[in-house]
Amino acid sequence: MTASVSDEPPAVRPWSRLLALPSSGDHGFRTVLIGIVGLWALLYALNPRFLTVGNLSNLLLQIAAVAVLSMGAVIVLVLGEIDLSMGSVSGLCAAVMAVVNTKMGIPAPLAVVAAILCGLAIGVVHGVVVTRFGVPSFVVTLGGLLTWQGVQLAVLGEQGNLNITDTFIVSLTSTYVPTWLGWTVTLLASAYLLTPVAIRRLRRGRPSRERTSWPKLLLTRVPVVALVLAGGALLVNHRGIPLVVLIVLAVAALMSYVLTHRRVGRHLYAIGSNAEAARRSGVRVDRIKVAAFACTSGLAALGGILAASRLFAVNQSSGQGSLLLLAIAGAVIGGVSLFGGVGTVWQALLGSLLIGSIANGMDLLSMPSSYRFTVTGAVLVLAVVIDAMARRRAARRG
Amino acid sequence: MTASGPSATPVLELRGVSVTYGAVRALSGVNLSVGRGEVLALVGDNGAGKSTLVKSICGARPPDEGTIRLGGEAVVVDNPRRAAELGIATVFQDLALCDDLDVVDNLFLGREVRRKPWGNLDHAAMESRSWDLLGSLNATTIKSVRAKVARLSGGQRQSVAIARALVGDPRLVLLDEPTAALGVAQTAEVLDLVRRLRDHGIGVIIISHNMADVMAVSDRIHVLRLGRTNGVFTTAQVTVDDVVAAITGASVRAEEGAGA
Repeated sequence: MTASVSDEPPAVRPWSRLLALPSSGDHGFRTVLIGIVGLWALLYALNPRFLTVGNLSNLLLQIAAVAVLSMGAVIVLVLGEIDLSMGSVSGLCAAVMAVVNTKMGIPAPLAVVAAILCGLAIGVVHGVVVTRFGVPSFVVTLGGLLTWQGVQLAVLGEQGNLNITDTFIVSLTSTYVPTWLGWTVTLLASAYLLTPVAIRRLRRGRPSRERTSWPKLLLTRVPVVALVLAGGALLVNHRGIPLVVLIVLAVAALMSYVLTHRRVGRHLYAIGSNAEAARRSGVRVDRIKVAAFACTSGLAALGGILAASRLFAVNQSSGQGSLLLLAIAGAVIGGVSLFGGVGTVWQALLGSLLIGSIANGMDLLSMPSSYRFTVTGAVLVLAVVIDAMARRRAARRG
Repeated sequence: MTASGPSATPVLELRGVSVTYGAVRALSGVNLSVGRGEVLALVGDNGAGKSTLVKSICGARPPDEGTIRLGGEAVVVDNPRRAAELGIATVFQDLALCDDLDVVDNLFLGREVRRKPWGNLDHAAMESRSWDLLGSLNATTIKSVRAKVARLSGGQRQSVAIARALVGDPRLVLLDEPTAALGVAQTAEVLDLVRRLRDHGIGVIIISHNMADVMAVSDRIHVLRLGRTNGVFTTAQVTVDDVVAAITGASVRAEEGAGA
């Protein structure tokens, strides 16, 4: 089937291969990975306690809520849209959950479901306004930011604070899964990463002479698998893998599956890349946009629930402050393009990890939060500069 | 090899097609036909109605009057999706490619191959089909079908756009100014693709301003002027001057072979 491929050698120059210059698409992933390693080394040098299992486990708990919002941001960013209301929606939905549970006495699991449905409905409203009336999503969700914040205050009522005592909700972010489950998940994930199915993707689409050999591919997977095994083992032996980590990873895996193996996922990238072309190819652009805004708001709701669970409360400032900006920054630092068509869920997770590490490390060094914001901001700009440079280089070569 | 005019039944036959935009009559009573394995060049000055005619055929702007017959059967093409179902594929001037997607995803956008029972995308099947399609067009310069389209050259992008037209096994392919933005070598590459479409027995309508391309690749030339047919020529029997004269209105020739 590949008989017609020309015999010319590939046009890639050897030196660029040696340097492994990032090319558009995967550069974000590699850059942010290097960034995390460098940052961790630096923080370790400044305070060895940073790299203890206890602290890293704590770091994962700290970033869970933002990471979920970041993954939500990926969906709209890939479309080439933005959602500025994620913070407010997370606060409102957490408030809905608290009211439904504590004031109305409805069982916690149902309250959680109600909160997420509430988020989905809000997203549908955003999506419909964007697609029906052609209002830019920036404006619609900026309006949403204020509107839903107002609704949140109304839902919380006079005293503006609701404590969460329900064990189910609290346990979301304070439980560690049993040893056997921790090991099962770790081993299953490692096994999956080593399966031919996962690895074949790396070989796809290349003529046979360009394909890397199986042993070589397995070898490149070994470090990743080693990292998963080591991380899993350390966490399991410490206090166990935090439940919320598994929740976040499950959401990420589900999203990744939909984005890469379902038609709607391909269409999402197509719309973000060239909406008119997608429309002409028969993609139902408007319907997918509405669904995307719904999912983003639904994930914002989930993030809000996790934040509330960690805080044991929902109050007037839930979902406010830097939450939204950190969520978007996490995705962008990870390599998700603001211009649409490019980005994965895993990039958002790594970006959140990087931002979370800055905050965690600076707390350990007992630096004031003024430094934290400044450094995070600088890292964000730096990440986008690197991204822009890689793009320009790729464009010049292409 | 050169197909000689429309054989038994033409792939596409237009009769008396008219389109009116408000008070402007963009097309009036155009008759046109394309046979199997025939390349028809559609030429005319700006505003002559070329784009309108293409839009009528590809379903973007159904005609107000007149009939469209595909393989002898009268059809109504009222939207792009219907056109695709009928086997009409259009390669737009802007190519309508998604730069951030790779070649495979672009080729199968909107017609993804899915696998039972869950309906997951069948990446492997689409990929091997992609190699087949590019191979059948002899588009050999594309090194990897997982390359992002943004990284391809102009000629390669054009190849992808044309290969995409072939995904649905079309009977008729419309090409809107396929060589407008290309260099000499890439133009030759694309004209080669057009000949290959013809060799597959597909009817081809190509819009072009470039007379050299028209003379090089077409079997017949259909000249539009001010929304009307102003001459249909057999390429082998005319000079560029004759065609240009028809385009500018310096001469009017009787229709031949368009079933007038």
